[in-house]
Amino acid sequence: MSLALDTPASPVAAMRPRALRAFLRNPAGVISLGFLLVLFAMALAAPTLYPEDPLSMVARPFLWPGQNPAYPLGTDSLGRDVAAGVVWGARISLLVGFSAMALGVTLGLVVGSLAGYFGGRVDDVLVKVIEIFQTPPNFVLLVVLVAIAQPSVSTVIFAIAAVTWPTTARLMRAEFRALRSKDFVVAARGLGYGHARIIVREILPNALPPLIVTSSVLVATAILMESALSFLGLSDPNVVSWGSMIGAGRELLRTAWFLSAVPGVAIVLTVLALNLLGDALNDALNPRVSGAR
Amino acid sequence: MAGLRAIGLRNRPAAGTVCRFPEDPGPCLMTTAERIFKSLRRNGLAAIPTVLVIVVLNFFLLKLAPGDAADVMAGESGAATEELMRQLRARFGLDLPVLGQLQAYLGGLAQGSLGFSPRYNMPVTDLILQRLPRTLTLMGFSLSIAIALGLLAGTVMALNAGRWPDRVLSVLTLLLYSVPGFWIGLMLIVLFSIKLGWLPSGGSETIASGRTGFDLFVDRLRHMILPALTLALFYVAVYARLTRAAVMEVAEQDYVRTARAKGLSAFAVGSRHVLRNALLPVTTLAGMHIGGILGGAVVVETVYSWPGLGRLAFEAVLRRDYNVLLGVLLLSSVLVILANMIVDMLQAWLDPRIEVR
Amino acid sequence: MKAGPVDASSPLLDVRDLTIAFGDTVRVRDLSFSVREAETVAIVGESGSGKSLTGLALMRLLPRSARIAGGAMAFMGRDLAVIDEPELRRLRGREIAMIFQEPMTSLNPVLTIGAQIAEVVTLHEGLSRSAARRRAIELLDRVRVPDPARRVDDYPHRLSGGMRQRVMIAMAVACGPRLLIADEPTTALDVTIQAQVLDLLDGLRRDLSMGLILVTHDLGVVGQWADRVVVMYAGTKVEEAPPGPVFADPRHPYTAGLLAASPRVGGGRSYRSGPLPEIPGNIASAVDEAGCSFAPRCPHAIASCRLARPPLVRVGEDRVAACPVVNVAEPAP
Ligand SMILES: Nc1ncnc2c1ncn2[C@@H]1O[C@H](COP(=O)(O)OP(=O)(O)O)[C@@H](O)[C@H]1O
Ligand SMILES: [Mg+2]
Repeated sequence: MSLALDTPASPVAAMRPRALRAFLRNPAGVISLGFLLVLFAMALAAPTLYPEDPLSMVARPFLWPGQNPAYPLGTDSLGRDVAAGVVWGARISLLVGFSAMALGVTLGLVVGSLAGYFGGRVDDVLVKVIEIFQTPPNFVLLVVLVAIAQPSVSTVIFAIAAVTWPTTARLMRAEFRALRSKDFVVAARGLGYGHARIIVREILPNALPPLIVTSSVLVATAILMESALSFLGLSDPNVVSWGSMIGAGRELLRTAWFLSAVPGVAIVLTVLALNLLGDALNDALNPRVSGAR
Repeated sequence: MAGLRAIGLRNRPAAGTVCRFPEDPGPCLMTTAERIFKSLRRNGLAAIPTVLVIVVLNFFLLKLAPGDAADVMAGESGAATEELMRQLRARFGLDLPVLGQLQAYLGGLAQGSLGFSPRYNMPVTDLILQRLPRTLTLMGFSLSIAIALGLLAGTVMALNAGRWPDRVLSVLTLLLYSVPGFWIGLMLIVLFSIKLGWLPSGGSETIASGRTGFDLFVDRLRHMILPALTLALFYVAVYARLTRAAVMEVAEQDYVRTARAKGLSAFAVGSRHVLRNALLPVTTLAGMHIGGILGGAVVVETVYSWPGLGRLAFEAVLRRDYNVLLGVLLLSSVLVILANMIVDMLQAWLDPRIEVR
Repeated sequence: MKAGPVDASSPLLDVRDLTIAFGDTVRVRDLSFSVREAETVAIVGESGSGKSLTGLALMRLLPRSARIAGGAMAFMGRDLAVIDEPELRRLRGREIAMIFQEPMTSLNPVLTIGAQIAEVVTLHEGLSRSAARRRAIELLDRVRVPDPARRVDDYPHRLSGGMRQRVMIAMAVACGPRLLIADEPTTALDVTIQAQVLDLLDGLRRDLSMGLILVTHDLGVVGQWADRVVVMYAGTKVEEAPPGPVFADPRHPYTAGLLAASPRVGGGRSYRSGPLPEIPGNIASAVDEAGCSFAPRCPHAIASCRLARPPLVRVGEDRVAACPVVNVAEPAP
């Protein structure tokens, strides 16, 4: 124990309260976080807010937004409530966005940390693997994977994770490479700690700030990918999602363009909030950048 | 290639001489053309194993796909006997063991064959090559738009850093980052085709209009504007942000002060000294985004019924034509590798400090 | 090499009470000096004393956040402090030129050195491409870059620091300027190359009979090359004199300290004072002292030094100093 007192401190411990305060001072970040929390609450409450199946006909078709206060966002060609679709669609977008991110980030973290920490042969091999996965255009690979595995919510999640993990892997590899020779890591090694403990307890906490920032942006990416897939019809036909609503509205652009516009606005706001959140987290967790402004 | 050679012709060195670094008193003997050539050779070699692995993965993905070409054809014809199925499988080599099939696949590839599309009733390679030029044109046009607008916006932002033009453009770029391409495509159709009637909403040219020459060119250009813009918008934001950072960094460099000390005008300093250097990181990024633009083309070509590779991929999904789908995947991977090689060459040309080992 | 008898004609450059500030922080205060034709004036002082800011102010190339807060810089009938941008651009590179401390970063990495030299003659003399190129080769030859006809197509990263500084000099003298500001031209170079570069500058000064402001923190350079020395400390001039008298008998404790710290000229001859004591904090923090900015480090400081800024007074023929303590015993001139 007395030995541990002398070891150089890992730098991350000191920064948490400062980062939190910096984040709270950024209005764009706080508003974005608030928006996302409300969206979450709405998505969770969807069965209470709109207990009807959002795919069922509830009113006269082609009601424009504002025409009937009971259906503030209007109805589509089959008389389905657009507002109900938007709320239920949020469930899918958030579910896919966060699950795909979690899966992809985990995979990327494992591969990237091993490559960065061990270097040498391990690194050579893993870098080649990352490169191979990064070569095919992400979205084309995504379409192929979903088409082959047959579209469903879970295949979409897995496929998005499969095409996005290299981003995290590269980032974490760079972080681990930079951190592995730092004093506190060398000290931990000197104390005889095993690789697993050093990776998880010493290096990982210090590699977290960039990982958190990337995660936020990756949720945004995953939501955009999911919406594009379901716009193309590559999603579970039995669930409403923002992308599929836009796809359905596409045939009616001439007469009822709001059917495509409304769910699109939902996507834009959500993704914008996630990007702004990512920027705010970056400024808060990465003082070099925020100080240079 | 003639252009590339011309760049280096001014000062061709004696063969077999090498450059040392950096206190070498002798004159530099590596010309632009040599730098470009070396970068090409190194990247070409590095790409070979990557391509091979992708080809093999491609093959196994094809095997994972539900049903094979024989199933598709049988489904097409409605009634299929066991006997017919067996014959079809034998014809496509589908009765061989997996390794045998891989061998056949590789053998076919070596001859440029990606298999046969039962749905289109033609070889996949022909089908893809038919669609490729349209996609390349669209990508080239939209990349040009993205780079031009991005450089412009980024420069304006950097020159006004912290003031209102910077703030407005920053918000705008962040917004462009967050807009799905297919949705902005639809909204542009609503505005420019349906409401204003200025531009066509789909296709690559007016069908059976009998246009020729310049008229045809204008017609095609008009068809390309909306899809290219749609595809470009996200990258406008990317390049604008990057250019802003790069210009601000380069403007601080000592050599910019030297240029001003010569008495050059702000424009000459900006274009000859600042932008020239700020272009280096932008070029790197442009190369990295080729894959993204290709992926975006799937959606945008579908929205605008643009008869290119992306739309072909979409049609292949609808028709469960996996030979075609995986052909597109393979070809687009190769395109990405080629694009990266081109970017490396471009960098070797733009940045004399890159000395390829 | 030293200019002959002082000529009485009006100086080429006359700087009066130049004051440079970042916001409210004054970094150069009430600086005055002049440069005559074909004269070399050295500006000497520790790093951070405001030498580069002075040079940049003459070129009107101060950082964006800095401004000329007062004073005048008379040059060829104009005041450099107030002329407009087009006029300034006509002067820069043609009548006044500057070379910088860092040859490694002062050349554009993506343009050949020939192109960078040609740029300035094309701009000011309207030479054609081929004529400008020939001129660039001549200039490279003039600054003794070996094999100029081939070097002209080289990129800067291929050249050593000394060669790059020669290229910078070629660019600066390309249009035969009346005044050349050399901001620590040899600080980044090997000692062996320093003398060559300074010789080159001196030769060019003589041939073109241009005024030369030689900024340096090395008093050793001064004795050999300068006609007059301006010693700066924390943004103010503390002493000005010809180099001979300065070395023999410095009249400011800071000058004496600099001499003591300079192995080539100081050594055992140190005047009344040991090496400068290290003081905590930045030299720049001294700028805001109410009294003499050197007082916190001065071995001779007395209470009154900290109360008011000591004025520059004449302490001999052609020399001034700003220290009442050291100069108190001198007979009034
Ligand atoms: N861009 C700048 N921003 C803020 N302060 C500066 C800047 N440039 C110089 N200074 C300050 O002005 C003072 C004088 O700088 P300078 O003229 O470069 O000194 P010298 O050339 O004598 O070493 C220094 O204390 C420095 O801190
Ligand atoms: Mg300086």
